[in-house]
Amino acid sequence: MNVVRFIWQNHIQVLDLTLEHLWLVGVSTAFAMLIGIPLGILIAHRPRLNKPVLASANIIQTIPSLALFGFLLPVPWLGERSDRLAILALTLYALLPIIRNTYTGISGVDASVVEAGRGMGLTESQLLLQVELPLAVSVILSGVRIAVVISVGLATIAAAIGAGGLGEFIFRGLAMVDDRVILAGAIPAAIMALAADFGVGWLERRLGAR
Amino acid sequence: MLCDMSVELSTPVIEFRDVSYRVGSTQVLLGLNLQVARNETLVLLGRSGSGKTTTLKLINRLVSPTSGEICINGMSNEKLDVIRLRRGIGYVIQDVGLFPHFTVERNIAVVPKIEGWPDDRVRGRVQELLQLVGLAPELASRYPHQLSGGQRQRVGVARALAVDPGILLMDEPFGALDPLTRDELQREFFLLQQRLHKTVVFVTHDLREALRLGSRIALMEAGKLQTVLTPHEFVKSSDPWASAYVKAFGDGLESAANRGAS
Repeated sequence: MNVVRFIWQNHIQVLDLTLEHLWLVGVSTAFAMLIGIPLGILIAHRPRLNKPVLASANIIQTIPSLALFGFLLPVPWLGERSDRLAILALTLYALLPIIRNTYTGISGVDASVVEAGRGMGLTESQLLLQVELPLAVSVILSGVRIAVVISVGLATIAAAIGAGGLGEFIFRGLAMVDDRVILAGAIPAAIMALAADFGVGWLERRLGAR
Repeated sequence: MLCDMSVELSTPVIEFRDVSYRVGSTQVLLGLNLQVARNETLVLLGRSGSGKTTTLKLINRLVSPTSGEICINGMSNEKLDVIRLRRGIGYVIQDVGLFPHFTVERNIAVVPKIEGWPDDRVRGRVQELLQLVGLAPELASRYPHQLSGGQRQRVGVARALAVDPGILLMDEPFGALDPLTRDELQREFFLLQQRLHKTVVFVTHDLREALRLGSRIALMEAGKLQTVLTPHEFVKSSDPWASAYVKAFGDGLESAANRGAS
C-alpha cells in the first residue's frame, strides 16, 4: 500500500516520466520500423544481403546496453542531448526483431502465389503492396511487438545517462535503498510493456491474413 | 533470325526460334523451334525436368532465354513491355496461386482492377466468369481456403480469363486434383475452349490429358523437343519416345486387367 500512496503523492512526476518513457519508446520504435521494414523486404528479395544485414543487427544486439549508451556519449551532436542518444540506442536494439520478422514474413509468402501474381502482370511494387506485405503483416507486427516490449525495459536504463523516463525512479530508488521509489518506476513500465504487448497483439490478429 | 514484323493470319501466335536456356552448367533447353498456331491447344508433354515448364515460362518472360528468341504475334517478346505482355496472357498453374487474403471476387478481379476498369464493369465480369467456369455466384465472397481443390482451380481459370487474353498458358492445372474432379475439369475445359478459341499452351506429364485436350502434342525429353504430333498420329507413331508413352499407358491398363483376372 505504501507504494500506491507514494505513486499517488508523486503522481505528477510519475505521469511526466511515463510520458518521457513513452516518447523514447515511441520515437525509437518508429525509426526502427522505418529502417527495419524496408531492410527486411530488401534482404528477402536479395538473399545475398541477408547474412551481412542480419549478422550486423545481431552484433548490435550483443552490445550490453549500458556500454552502448556510454560509447555513444562522446559523439558530438548526439551527446549534446541525452534523449537523442537514448533514441538512437533504442532504435538500434529494436532493429533486429523487426528486420528478422519482416524477412521471415516476406520470404514465407507462398512462392506459387508470388509467381502467379508476377505471371499475371503485377509490377514488383503491386506485388509487394497487394500480396507480400498483406500476407506478411502479422509476422512483421509480431516483430514490432517484441521490439516494443524490449524497448520499454531497455529505456529504463536510459536514465543512467540522463535521458529521463521511468528509469529515473528506479535509479533513485536504488541509490536511496527505497523499494517504493523503485516500484514507482517499475510498475508503470511493466504496465506499459503489457499494454504494448496486448495492443500490438490485437492489431496483429486484426490485420493478419487468413 | 529476327521475328517477322508483319502480322498475317498465318503468323503463328507464339514462335520459338532456336531457343536455348541454361542455368549454370545445366542445359535446360536446347535449340527449341516450335510454333503455336492461332486457336490451337498445344500440349507440351514430358517428364519432370524435360523443360516443359521452362518452355511455358519463356513465353511470358518469367524466364529469359540464354539464346534465341520467342515471338508473340510476330514480335520478339523481349521488345514488348513485360507487364503489358503478361497482362495479355492468361496464366494458370498447378498450385493455383490464388491470393489467400482476397475473396474469390477480388482474386478474379486483380488484373481488371489494376487495369483501371470501373467497379460495376468489374463486378459484372466476375459474375460472368463464375458462370463460365461453372461456379455459383454466391462463392464470390468466399476465401480460397473455403473452397475445394476443384473450385479453386476453376477460380484460377476464371482469373486467367479475366481480361479476355488471346493466349492462355496452363502449367499442369489439373495435376493436383483427384481423378474424378480432374476428369470433370478436363471435360469442361475442352468445351470451354470450343467456345472461346484461345491460343492455349498446356503443360502436362499425363498422356491421357494430352490426348484429350491437345490439338497437337509436343513431346519433350531432356530439354529437347522430340516430335510434334496430333493426338491421332501420336497413338500410332513409331517415334521411340511417343511409342514409349503409349506403351506405358497401355501397360497400366493391361496389368490392371490382368490383376483382376488372376
